[in-house]
Amino acid sequence: MPGRDAPQLAGLIEEAQRVLAICNACRYCEGYCAVFPALERRLAFDEADVHYLANLCHNCGSCLYACQYAPPHEFQLNFPRVLAQVRKVTYRKYAWPAFLGAAFERSALIAAIATVAGIALLFTLMVGDSSRLFAAYSDAQGAFYALMPHGVMAGLFGVVFLFVLASLAMSFARFWSDTGERVAEFVAPPALSGATWDAAGLRYLDGGGDGCTYPDEKPSFARRRFHHFTFYGFMLCFAATAVGTIYHYVFGIRAPYPFWSLPVILGSLGGLGLIVGPVGMLWLRHVRDPDLGDRTQTGMDVAFIALLLLTAVTGLALLALRETRGMGVALAIHLGAVLALFVTLPYGKFVHALYRFAALVRFHIERRRPLPETGTD
Amino acid sequence: MDFSRVYDVLVLGGGNAGLCAAITAREAGASVAIVETAPKSMRGGNSRHTRNMRTMHVGPAAPMTDAYPEDEYWDDLLKVTGGLTDEGLARRAIRDTAEHLPWMIRHGVRFQAPLGGTLHLSRTNAFFLGGGKALVNAYYACGEKLGIEVSYETEVTDLELRDGRFASATVMHQGVEHRVAAKCVVVACGGFESNLAWLREAWGPPADNFIVRGTPYNMGRVLKVLLEKGAKQVSDATQGHCVAIDARSPKFDGGIVTRVDAVSLGIVVNREGQRFYDEGEDFWPKRYAIWGRLVAGQPEQIAYAIIDAKSMGKFMPPVFPPVRAQTLAELAGAFKLDGSALARTVAQFNASVRPGTFDHTVLDDCATSGIDPPKTHWARAIDTPPFFGYPLRPGITFTYLGVAIDERTRMLMANGVTAQNVFAAGEIMAGNVLGKGYLAGIGMAIGTTFGRIAGAEAARFAGT
Repeated sequence: MPGRDAPQLAGLIEEAQRVLAICNACRYCEGYCAVFPALERRLAFDEADVHYLANLCHNCGSCLYACQYAPPHEFQLNFPRVLAQVRKVTYRKYAWPAFLGAAFERSALIAAIATVAGIALLFTLMVGDSSRLFAAYSDAQGAFYALMPHGVMAGLFGVVFLFVLASLAMSFARFWSDTGERVAEFVAPPALSGATWDAAGLRYLDGGGDGCTYPDEKPSFARRRFHHFTFYGFMLCFAATAVGTIYHYVFGIRAPYPFWSLPVILGSLGGLGLIVGPVGMLWLRHVRDPDLGDRTQTGMDVAFIALLLLTAVTGLALLALRETRGMGVALAIHLGAVLALFVTLPYGKFVHALYRFAALVRFHIERRRPLPETGTD
Repeated sequence: MDFSRVYDVLVLGGGNAGLCAAITAREAGASVAIVETAPKSMRGGNSRHTRNMRTMHVGPAAPMTDAYPEDEYWDDLLKVTGGLTDEGLARRAIRDTAEHLPWMIRHGVRFQAPLGGTLHLSRTNAFFLGGGKALVNAYYACGEKLGIEVSYETEVTDLELRDGRFASATVMHQGVEHRVAAKCVVVACGGFESNLAWLREAWGPPADNFIVRGTPYNMGRVLKVLLEKGAKQVSDATQGHCVAIDARSPKFDGGIVTRVDAVSLGIVVNREGQRFYDEGEDFWPKRYAIWGRLVAGQPEQIAYAIIDAKSMGKFMPPVFPPVRAQTLAELAGAFKLDGSALARTVAQFNASVRPGTFDHTVLDDCATSGIDPPKTHWARAIDTPPFFGYPLRPGITFTYLGVAIDERTRMLMANGVTAQNVFAAGEIMAGNVLGKGYLAGIGMAIGTTFGRIAGAEAARFAGT
């Protein structure tokens, strides 16, 4: 597989280098984001530079609409699309284990299989006898754990979680090593905090101030807002799980937790965010200008967003049904969806966060270095 | 737009000047339609390629630093035009720029700090965020909100103009001819630089080797009609903003990236391998606008900028890679130049270089002596391989031949009559201010100033 893709890959890097050379000679888009100041520090772009710049791009689209060389100009310059295409190559190239990089070409199919398999697995683990699955349990009876012992649940997800962490860590390490920067520079506080601040606020989804030209030429903050809903929804759900774990192991308080307990409140708010955000992101993606982005990545994008959405919807459904006879089914579907989401994290759109953040840190490291002499006009 | 409707103001040309006129007229209450030759994706004329506006200011005015007072601006203009300018109109253009930024921001234009490598313009020029196409997009979006109607891919083929009074325009849209009547017209449809036949008429055969750096849509059709119907002409057909650009640029529309900023760091030779002008006369941004004409004056309208390894990477990266060679003979071969002539030129040049302290950021003391033409700054021997060369051609951005106007942008007729309902703005009247030469960013100053005046005057004429 890698052999067969090589010529196409070389062509893409070459195309990115052509486009970057035009942008570096023009520079009009410098005020839109970090990508342009970063590219202006260079006179030539090797493959590692191309990956770095591609992942620094948030695909806000502002430079496409401002570009005097965009199609139908004979330079046929679609900067955000080329960078989007390169990003998929980045994801494949740095995937760990490497053979799973091919998954990025079939994200939708793999997400669907993972979901079905995850749910099936959960049903299998729960169905000791089907009368128990369809019974109703009060919270006092321990609802979830009446169906699936805590040890089994924690063990299954713990193993998957550790594998995901290991895979992402390996991908990051390989990507970072190719940039030529040292790990010590990554963890140095000024760059790390600068990048964290930029990522937390999605600073570069602002089109230079008025909002980015996404989903069309009218500047808008819609994408930034829906992404915030998604990201912070995800983080709240993650926090809910973390608090639940602490309750369990530190304080010995067992789930299910009351409606007004911290894990349930965090999880519910997160779940709402993970419905509003992904629905908005899917809608924006659906109506966006076809010139924006790489059409071959629809499956990858939609698969990840859909899994987030499925996780949120089934999670809230579980909350509503947890003392009814429907709880068993809801629990199996929800946990199956969560399992599918986590298993596919390192091989789907989620990894954009990993490389984007690494690129932002590198941008902050470079910013603190003196500007190389590249002359004036 | 509705071709059968009689608009208060018909604007010909949807670049910066036309848009400023249209927005101003519409805000004054007039009904306004814009006729634009280009399709939507290529709209905006040469404004698409601009990046800043030279702007007068008496104190720091973000994004510009320090001050750039009227008299300094005027002196700069006098220098480049050699006095070929109408002082009244020029001073009006200069003074009005002091008021433009807030107006532009109100209508959606955004500004940014000077681009990397352009610090020398940080005091005098206000840079548009995203460049001129972003500015044009902002004005079109604003126009849409205001209810200005736009017809793209619509070419004006004739004007009904009697005794300096406009009645209607004949336009072609999707193969169908329409007559569009309006109470008055604003002509803001540029020069004739895209019209290769007209360039040839003006320049003779050398024009065939010119590259048009600007829009391919400025055929000068309206300009020709106006001149034929008795408008008073300003400037002449050989004057324009013409810079030396990379000879490998596309025939049209190459814009900013076609520039080659290596000239002041090396030498420039012609087809015969001879130098022909002081490459180090002044900073490149102050000289780039004369090199187009200089190259146009050389055999076959071609020249070659040659530098050595010492200078590589010390100028803005051009879009086309240089031709690279280990020896001068090899470089001459790549450009099909006479190798011995080039060797002689370089040897003479190298021998004439006097010791000095090289500093590209100031007018340094590295000069030649005993050679003609001299190189008065940044002269260093071309002796360190590899050698690099960039082929150069004249690149026309826009032409200055235009129609004369009065202070209210009303077009003047050759017979002394003032056209009451024909207003001109932008490149089509830039020759009033720019008889020759060019000052970076003044095109947008002229377009914005006279566009806004034309819009206000047109609305007033229409009785709104």
